[in-house]
Amino acid sequence: MQDVSYYRPSSIKEAIKILSEHGPTAKVLAGGTDVIVQARERTKKITAFVDIKKIPDVMGLGIEGHRGLTIGAATPMYQIYNHSGVQEEYPAIIDSANIIGGKAIQGRASLGGNLCNGSPAADTIPTLIVLEGTANIIGPNGERKIAIEDFCTGPGKTLLQHDEILISLHFKRPAPFSGSRFIRFIPRNEMDIAVVNVASQIQMDGNKIESSRVAIGACAPTPLLLKEISNFIQGKELSQDLLENAAELFNNLITPIEDMRGSPEHRVDLAKTLFKRTMNDAVIRSNGEKVQ
Amino acid sequence: MVSTQKKADKTYKVIGTRPVRPDGVDKVTGRAKYGADIQLPGMLFGRVLRSPHAHAIIKKIDTSKALALPGVKSVITHKDLPTAADAALNLGETTDNLKWISDKVLAAEDALFHGQALAAVAAVDKHIAEDALALIDVEYEILEPVLSVHTAMDKKTPSIHDNMKTVDMIARFQVGEISETQINNVASILDLELGDLDAGFKEADIIIEREFETGTYHQGYIESHNGTAQWNENDEVTVWLSTQGAFNARDQLAALLQVPMSKIKVIPMEIGGGFGGKIPMYMEPLAAIMSKQTGKPVKMHMQRDEVLLATGPTSATYIKVKVGAKNDGTIVAADAYLAYEAGAYPGSPVSGGGVSMFMPYAIPNVRALCLDVIVNKTKTAAYRAPGVPAAAFAIESIIDELAEKLEIDPIAIRMHNAAEEGTRRHDGVLAPSMAVKELLEEAQATEHWNAELSDPSIGRGIAIGAWGNGGMESSASASINSDGTINLNTGSVDIGGQRASLAMQLAETLGVEYDSIKPQVVDTDSIGYTAVSAGSRTTFATGIAVIEVGNKIKKQIINRVATFWEIDANALKYNDDGSVSSPDKIINFKEIAAMLPNTGGRIQASIDIQATTHVPTIACHIVDVKVDEETGKVDILRSTALQDVGKAIHPAYVEGQTQGGILQGIGMALYEEYYYDDKGILKNASLLDYRMPTSYDVPFTEIILVEKPNPGHPFGVKGVGEVPIVPPLAAVANAIYDAVGVRPNILPVNPRRLSVLLKEKNNK
Ligand SMILES: Cc1cc2nc3c(=O)[nH]c(=O)nc-3n(C[C@H](O)[C@H](O)[C@H](O)COP(=O)(O)OP(=O)(O)OC[C@H]3O[C@@H](n4cnc5c(N)ncnc54)[C@H](O)[C@@H]3O)c2cc1C
Repeated sequence: MQDVSYYRPSSIKEAIKILSEHGPTAKVLAGGTDVIVQARERTKKITAFVDIKKIPDVMGLGIEGHRGLTIGAATPMYQIYNHSGVQEEYPAIIDSANIIGGKAIQGRASLGGNLCNGSPAADTIPTLIVLEGTANIIGPNGERKIAIEDFCTGPGKTLLQHDEILISLHFKRPAPFSGSRFIRFIPRNEMDIAVVNVASQIQMDGNKIESSRVAIGACAPTPLLLKEISNFIQGKELSQDLLENAAELFNNLITPIEDMRGSPEHRVDLAKTLFKRTMNDAVIRSNGEKVQ
Repeated sequence: MVSTQKKADKTYKVIGTRPVRPDGVDKVTGRAKYGADIQLPGMLFGRVLRSPHAHAIIKKIDTSKALALPGVKSVITHKDLPTAADAALNLGETTDNLKWISDKVLAAEDALFHGQALAAVAAVDKHIAEDALALIDVEYEILEPVLSVHTAMDKKTPSIHDNMKTVDMIARFQVGEISETQINNVASILDLELGDLDAGFKEADIIIEREFETGTYHQGYIESHNGTAQWNENDEVTVWLSTQGAFNARDQLAALLQVPMSKIKVIPMEIGGGFGGKIPMYMEPLAAIMSKQTGKPVKMHMQRDEVLLATGPTSATYIKVKVGAKNDGTIVAADAYLAYEAGAYPGSPVSGGGVSMFMPYAIPNVRALCLDVIVNKTKTAAYRAPGVPAAAFAIESIIDELAEKLEIDPIAIRMHNAAEEGTRRHDGVLAPSMAVKELLEEAQATEHWNAELSDPSIGRGIAIGAWGNGGMESSASASINSDGTINLNTGSVDIGGQRASLAMQLAETLGVEYDSIKPQVVDTDSIGYTAVSAGSRTTFATGIAVIEVGNKIKKQIINRVATFWEIDANALKYNDDGSVSSPDKIINFKEIAAMLPNTGGRIQASIDIQATTHVPTIACHIVDVKVDEETGKVDILRSTALQDVGKAIHPAYVEGQTQGGILQGIGMALYEEYYYDDKGILKNASLLDYRMPTSYDVPFTEIILVEKPNPGHPFGVKGVGEVPIVPPLAAVANAIYDAVGVRPNILPVNPRRLSVLLKEKNNK
């Protein structure tokens, strides 16, 4: 473990001040399930932790009628998946939050941490993208908002400056007859990094696809929103043939790498399979039914 | 979990019951003392610098900057080790070369695998020690790594060890003279042959020849290696550590440190798993040398990545097998070629594989050619039935294919070829008592084997396997206290409930309550030489020692009661309940104990034995799998294990061994493997990416214990720890074939590999 100083500010302003003074080797500490490991394994140079969990603005979540859902950036996963409103209206968030690590990790890990850590295989980012999430950020120069699909710029890299803090994530109210689903593929049944993960969101008009969003992880330097897929299926009648044909687009849309977790060929095959499975489940959910 | 026991005839009072283990309370309350719990005044913390390259000449190591860091007390390299002779060192079960042991502890001229120890630091805390590692400058000349047995044996590949000659193995794990056959980078060779292969294959109606590969698998024990050493001014050394064999550790340390054995005291702490991997020495000698330099105790404790990188997993293997059979299923000839990766230094368990793979069968014409191949990977170590799971995967896959092609039931074909007492084996041995047929009969009768498969994507597989078990030396001593309780000391590290199984055997022998015996594992100063807790030998061999100690005590008690009653000892009888009686008098065990102090003093007995009457055991695994053909993912739905245990002393602990062995075997079949890049860098040295199955992946196994007693043990014990890991690899592969019609020949058959096989099938 590296020698680190620990700070626990109680306001955003104070936190930003510490981050600015310390420079880039000071890191925001939310659940710490990424950043403490990085400090211990010395994969990043870290000299200070700025623990934000005592700042009320980044903790907790709530749904405000038609205005949608806001989740504090450092809210732990277990609070998210135990929230009945999220369970009802944003089931893909539950799909994601439920599988991060195991019970112990879910007591600490946050959406903000998952997003800011910027892993290409992060299990919440595709979901946050298809639900059209926005990131609310405060820095020394004030507030700004970023669409989550633009947030990550490379492995471990994001648009966030070292002295900016992600305060919360916002999602609009889902449209009627819409549904969402996230599935990750791992060789085991828990405790694994995604070989591929896919989130799909769909809005139906009868049997016609009114609109959709599909995002994929672990197949590119960042999680990707695949507009080409949405364009291909938009306005068409839903059928398994349509999904099969759309799935073929993956051959050219992604060029995943070879690593210890998967081969390019296997990843493309998995992408197609997960796309079809998430779509079918999202359609089921758009009818107000549950998927197993 | 369902568990059934098919009992041997004899009835016992203590044996076969399920009492609480003596170490249970300490373990569940967290009070048990492991090596990591050692805290001594002034203790320093050591860390190891490891090679970032798989193959490199070490041109220079400069430790000056590290030594200058405040808080750093010692930095050592190979130069600080006593000069090690290039000579054989006998380690009981195995022989090794002292120079190699020394180079494995700290590399000398070259680094031969990614993670090899190059230098060690001792500092006032472990963070400073870690900081110091970054300050050690090493200059390398990077060489091309040799990463497979095929490249290693290629004539064009340079020798990893200059001047290394292929030697003949004279027995399992024992090496002898230089061989007539010289193969590049092959450290040793064992060629076992029985009958006439050509004639055998001529008789065959069908011949199947297949190639198989298995990955490098780590034992995955929870507790990582640790050791603390205190080198005193009078050159006496005390070492606290996690080991499977305190005496083995002591003797290795004595040879490496060049200190007399009597001056080294090894204190074995509680052990959090080993499975064969806690026999070699890694950091303990470094801790000792740094303690000598600083005068302070030095503690070292590996991190998980170091455990995976630089301790001894099992060999990755390449195995080619050809089997010929008649149309009625009779196997007439079998020819196996086994090339196992030893890692960077000699000593793979290839002979274990070559000997054991054919053990369940009576085959008249057999050959097994076993090669121990050097590659630039971490030196392998023993792992539960060393060498056998991979070899059984090969032969049991072929037997499954034979059964299918000949349209014979997979159990029937195995039954037809089953070895029995008196079968001549290719290692020259006449098989002793074997339970292959008994086990297969039980398998045939299981509900699982006869249950319908509910879905076409579900398949069922079966396989069997054998393990020879071990004997070796054990020492035990026991003393009777005046209140009738008994202290039992052994030198056998308790790695799987042996304190319980040994106390139970003494209780049964003496006719006393299990609870009246306090068993303890003691240090090397306090008991006679005892070999490692390995080879499934402890309950068997140390059990024999304990029984003989009991018999000695009984004899002394009879004599004492005879003196007390002033009657001839021949007129006395030692009863099953621990009492002694003459035709007209009786005295119970407690009363005997109470009168001892005043009739000549308390009684103590000790014994040293070398057990040789071990016999092989057989295991069978039946497994149902479901295959997701779109992703290549396999789920285990149901698992049943049958195991011949001789006699289950403590059935719950036997079942625990079976459960664990099956789980590890399934890990080898589906999940686990070392992933090296083309430079020989291990990419998955973490438990995130070195995937051991979790409780979500493998259901509880239903267990059927079959008891065919070993005639060479008073209670019939054979050994139970290792054999259950042997059959699951093939059983899972055979089940996958049953489900989707492709035969996995490379394990682990993870989703990525299976999806390739499925694509090939669909493109045909
Ligand atoms: C055993 C284990 C299993 C895991 N399993 C999974 C898994 O299945 N799927 C998965 O996707 N991940 C997994 N992870 C990774 C990790 O748990 C997740 O990425 C988690 O969401 C990180 O959240 P955190 O709150 O712990 O982040 P932290 O570690 O606290 O922070 C992560 C990074 O984000 C920055 N940061 C955090 N919050 C903010 C903020 N509000 N503003 C600015 N910067 C911020 C930190 O400085 C740091 O760089 C696992 C980790 C472990 C240890």
